[in-house]
Amino acid sequence: MKVEGRALPWLLLAPALAATVLLVLAPVMETLWLSLHDVILYRPRSRPFVGLANYLALLDDPAFWESLGNSVIWVIAAVSLQFLLGLGAALLLNRQFAWRGIARALVIVPWALPSVIIGLVWTWMLDFNLGILNQVGVRLGLLDAPVAWLARPDTAMAAVILAVVWQGFPFFTVTLLAGLQGIPREHYEAAAIDGAGRFASFRHVTLPGLAPVIATALLLRMIWVANSLDLILVMTGGGPGTATQTLPLYAFLRAWSGANYGYGSALAVVLTLMLLSVVVTYAVRSARERSA
Amino acid sequence: MKRLRLLLGTEVPVACILAFALFPWLWMMLSSFRPDEDLTRSPVRIIPGALTLVHHIELLQRTSFLDNLRDSFVVATGAVMLGLLLALPAAYAFSRFRFPGRRALRVQFLVVNMFPVVLLVLPLFIVMRTLGLLDTYLALIMGHATFTLPFAIWLMTSYIDGIPGDLDEAAMIDGATRMQVLRMVILPLVVPGLVAVGIYLFIASWNEYLFALMLAGRNVRTVTVALQMFIGENEIHWGLLTAGGTVVALPATVLFLLVQRRLVGGLTGGAVKG
Repeated sequence: MKVEGRALPWLLLAPALAATVLLVLAPVMETLWLSLHDVILYRPRSRPFVGLANYLALLDDPAFWESLGNSVIWVIAAVSLQFLLGLGAALLLNRQFAWRGIARALVIVPWALPSVIIGLVWTWMLDFNLGILNQVGVRLGLLDAPVAWLARPDTAMAAVILAVVWQGFPFFTVTLLAGLQGIPREHYEAAAIDGAGRFASFRHVTLPGLAPVIATALLLRMIWVANSLDLILVMTGGGPGTATQTLPLYAFLRAWSGANYGYGSALAVVLTLMLLSVVVTYAVRSARERSA
Repeated sequence: MKRLRLLLGTEVPVACILAFALFPWLWMMLSSFRPDEDLTRSPVRIIPGALTLVHHIELLQRTSFLDNLRDSFVVATGAVMLGLLLALPAAYAFSRFRFPGRRALRVQFLVVNMFPVVLLVLPLFIVMRTLGLLDTYLALIMGHATFTLPFAIWLMTSYIDGIPGDLDEAAMIDGATRMQVLRMVILPLVVPGLVAVGIYLFIASWNEYLFALMLAGRNVRTVTVALQMFIGENEIHWGLLTAGGTVVALPATVLFLLVQRRLVGGLTGGAVKG
């Protein structure tokens, strides 16, 4: 009984662990291994070991640096806009008004939709001839003429960012709203007694109260946005040219269309290492704050 | 005066945000009911001249969309069952036992969530091809269930944490083994949790695209892949596409609205605890 007691949690965890090792950790190791080889998909028998050659090639690859730059713009713009819009919505939905319940439920809708459909809807709305946005823009005098948003290198990135902001802002609304509800009312009352106005109580009560939720939500979203490629894949495929090609998309395209698994794997590994460094920095900092 | 301030300061901005959140979705639905003359017309008419079901009918009769819906349904249902089967015992172990390595393991499950899908999907493609599982239900079910496992376990653990441990002990004093406790005490009490986690798994699988594209796509073609292929054709048929989008978005949206509060609770519980 005693022995069974000690082994039991491991027995219960075994299926989940086995699945994770088999379908996540093993593939990750495999990718690391592949990245050290010259692997061409339709030439499965010969995969010579090339050491770090793929990683060195990457340094001289202008497309890599360009995708990295695109990724930085994509992540910073998407996450900050999602956050600001989500925070604004959360603050508004935290106030009292009659139809608050319905508003809180409906604001989540974009989050529930598949990326493919979101890409499709925005492609439709941004269409040059038939899109509603060009139509409304022209009619209101905001645009002189319809713009081929997704076909122009200077507007394509902004267009896909618009779509991902739409998709992702409800996540912030929902998490920040839960965080707002966790701030005790007494703190606001105390601030009011001390003569704090609206802005002061936002700065000294709301923001500090929300800080841990904001930090975690930003981190989770950043990882998600940095990794996500399906929305861009559907809307522009990385184009026009390479205007919207982010790092994961470049890795995917090199491995898949280019059939160069070794190089694609090296790109995926580099992306993972970058994200890992962000996560580790965050973990170390929050651990230090907790112990301080 | 107070009423006016509420209206201008709160209700109007909220209405604007809701309009932003809902407009694309409503526009897609509306487009799917408009005749082709309306959809191919420039300048666009915002108010439709007529409404029609032709695109929905064509979608179901002339394309493989019904098969795609069936494939998506089979994969998502399989992912729910496999996911729950893996998550429930793991969550029970995390909730009821204190053992060395427990914390590290819980963190490990979250770190797994961080790996880019591209990183996993490339080697998984090779693995599945070697196993002969490429383009089968099983490949997608396994992929989806595993990839959603970390959050499923996290959510499930918080549900089991909510069931008092005294119940387990009382049952064991009466001679039940741990497995009997899990089956006869925990399982009936945790049904709401199973429903919430199950719905999460269903939506995640139903909406997923990249695995479905890479690990299947020919014999087993889910709706997301099928819709994307409609776009790939030379002339985009927006009526069919928006009709397909409307049909696919419906189950996910309805299910999401049903369990949003529970999912959000689990999610933010995780976020707040860090």
